[in-house]
Amino acid sequence: MIVRWVAVAALIVGAAVFPAFAGKYPVKLLQEILIWGIFAMSLDLLMGYAGMVSLGHSAFFGVGGYVAALALLKSPGVASGLLLPAAAAALAALVIGYFSIRVSGVYFIMLTLAFSQMFYAVTFQAAWLGAEDGIVGVPRLNALGLDTAKPLAFHLYLVVLIAVGALALFRIVRSPFGRVLRGIHENEARMEAVGYAVDRYKLLAFVIAGTVAGVAGSLYTQFVGSITPDAFLWTTSGEALLMVIIGGTGTLAGSMLGAAAFILLQSLVSSYTERWMLILGLTFILLVLFAPGGVVGALRGRVGIRS
Amino acid sequence: MTPPPLLAITALTRTFGALSALAGVSLSVTPKTRHAVIGPNGAGKTTLFNVITGQVPPSAGHVLFEGRLVTGLSPHAVARRGISRSFQRTNLFPKLTVLENLRLAAAADGRGSWSLFGRVDRLRAPFERATETAEAIGLRDRLPATAGTLSYGEQRQLEVGVALATRPKLLLLDEPTAGMSPEETQRMTRMLEGLPREVTLLIIEHDMDVVGSLADRVTVLHYGEVLTEGTFDHVKRDPRVYEVYLGSA
Repeated sequence: MIVRWVAVAALIVGAAVFPAFAGKYPVKLLQEILIWGIFAMSLDLLMGYAGMVSLGHSAFFGVGGYVAALALLKSPGVASGLLLPAAAAALAALVIGYFSIRVSGVYFIMLTLAFSQMFYAVTFQAAWLGAEDGIVGVPRLNALGLDTAKPLAFHLYLVVLIAVGALALFRIVRSPFGRVLRGIHENEARMEAVGYAVDRYKLLAFVIAGTVAGVAGSLYTQFVGSITPDAFLWTTSGEALLMVIIGGTGTLAGSMLGAAAFILLQSLVSSYTERWMLILGLTFILLVLFAPGGVVGALRGRVGIRS
Repeated sequence: MTPPPLLAITALTRTFGALSALAGVSLSVTPKTRHAVIGPNGAGKTTLFNVITGQVPPSAGHVLFEGRLVTGLSPHAVARRGISRSFQRTNLFPKLTVLENLRLAAAADGRGSWSLFGRVDRLRAPFERATETAEAIGLRDRLPATAGTLSYGEQRQLEVGVALATRPKLLLLDEPTAGMSPEETQRMTRMLEGLPREVTLLIIEHDMDVVGSLADRVTVLHYGEVLTEGTFDHVKRDPRVYEVYLGSA
């Protein structure tokens, strides 16, 4: 237990002081990993714990990103960079979730996918959102004495916020609510039969996951300085899905590892060949065939054999 | 002087296409009794349970529990009123431990389950109830085992336990001894006999020894209708009951 907390603290401090030891490009990579990692973790809450595989998680990433862009252009406060995007994503998740959780399995996948593509279609057409070019030149948050236009301040802001989000998710999956989600994943009908209002639990899980994804989207906008309709594209959901599976579904930590593996591989391979998607695809196939539990599953297996 | 019924079913009908699974069933269950529903396959017994617990809406008729209408409620709402059921085909949380199977059921009535950041082990009541239930179903020393790894007989015991852990006023058991060996059936019967008398029991059962030793009252269903009702000895002597069973064999 104590070992675990020391390890977590070491990871957070390590990520925070990383710029002191590394150049600009590695720091950017780390930031990208952290943002995609928390996004993938929020999807894992749905997939790995509640058993709801969604292909529309990009909807909340995009809503967070767009609302942050619009709000930060008006004023660079905490409300713009954090609260408004989170609230907007939560609201979107409430509405989309309300309709989607009525169905399950493939139908749930298709419905969530359709909702996210709707956002794509709308933003792609909307002139006031910059249509296909999106919103560019978005300033970073500057509030509470923290000007995140400065690289180091932005890095610390990112690390702290994502650490808080990740720790909250870790707490949630181990809470009584998290146990209910696992019960629903295992046997939804029996949970209903013993007295759980299953739909309400699923909706809350969907809203929590959507809110965290919205914060990730907002951070992404601040990281890049712009947002385009592509954020809503199903590939955004698909990449997060791959990260969750690569890392190990239902492990949370695995999603962060999966994001790291995905982004590092992408940056490494793409510096050698244009066909990095092909290499990535092959790697993914091999991983699913030989390590179906993902990176975390494989590590656990290794440890299990040893002990 | 009979007390008002705990469960009052009036003219309950359920059709599936051209088939009438229930064709106007009326049935009263007196509080604190053990009431068996018997009948050949296809008599509508499981459909009756499915309608009572809200899994299947009735085509006509209604169900009153403690004098209040429960037809139209969703299954979780029926469960929260105090009606819990076990299933004919084992319906557990196979990857979770015996303790967690029982604890989840025991925690279903509490607001604690909405706690996002709380700790599971801080909520003592569900743990205590889970342990008590494990004692009652004879799985006290199997608490840490994964449900899916239990023997078939043990899984059937846990099946009853998950229903019991919600602390129901009315417990519906759908063929608790289905597929059991004679020894397992005996153990299950003893376990059911040992259940607290405050829990009213409505039980579907094929094994007449189990019905004979357990039931205060027996209702015989046949093609979705009540054929007869009375004590086990009364029903046993009814020539129509023989006919129904032998005729369908």
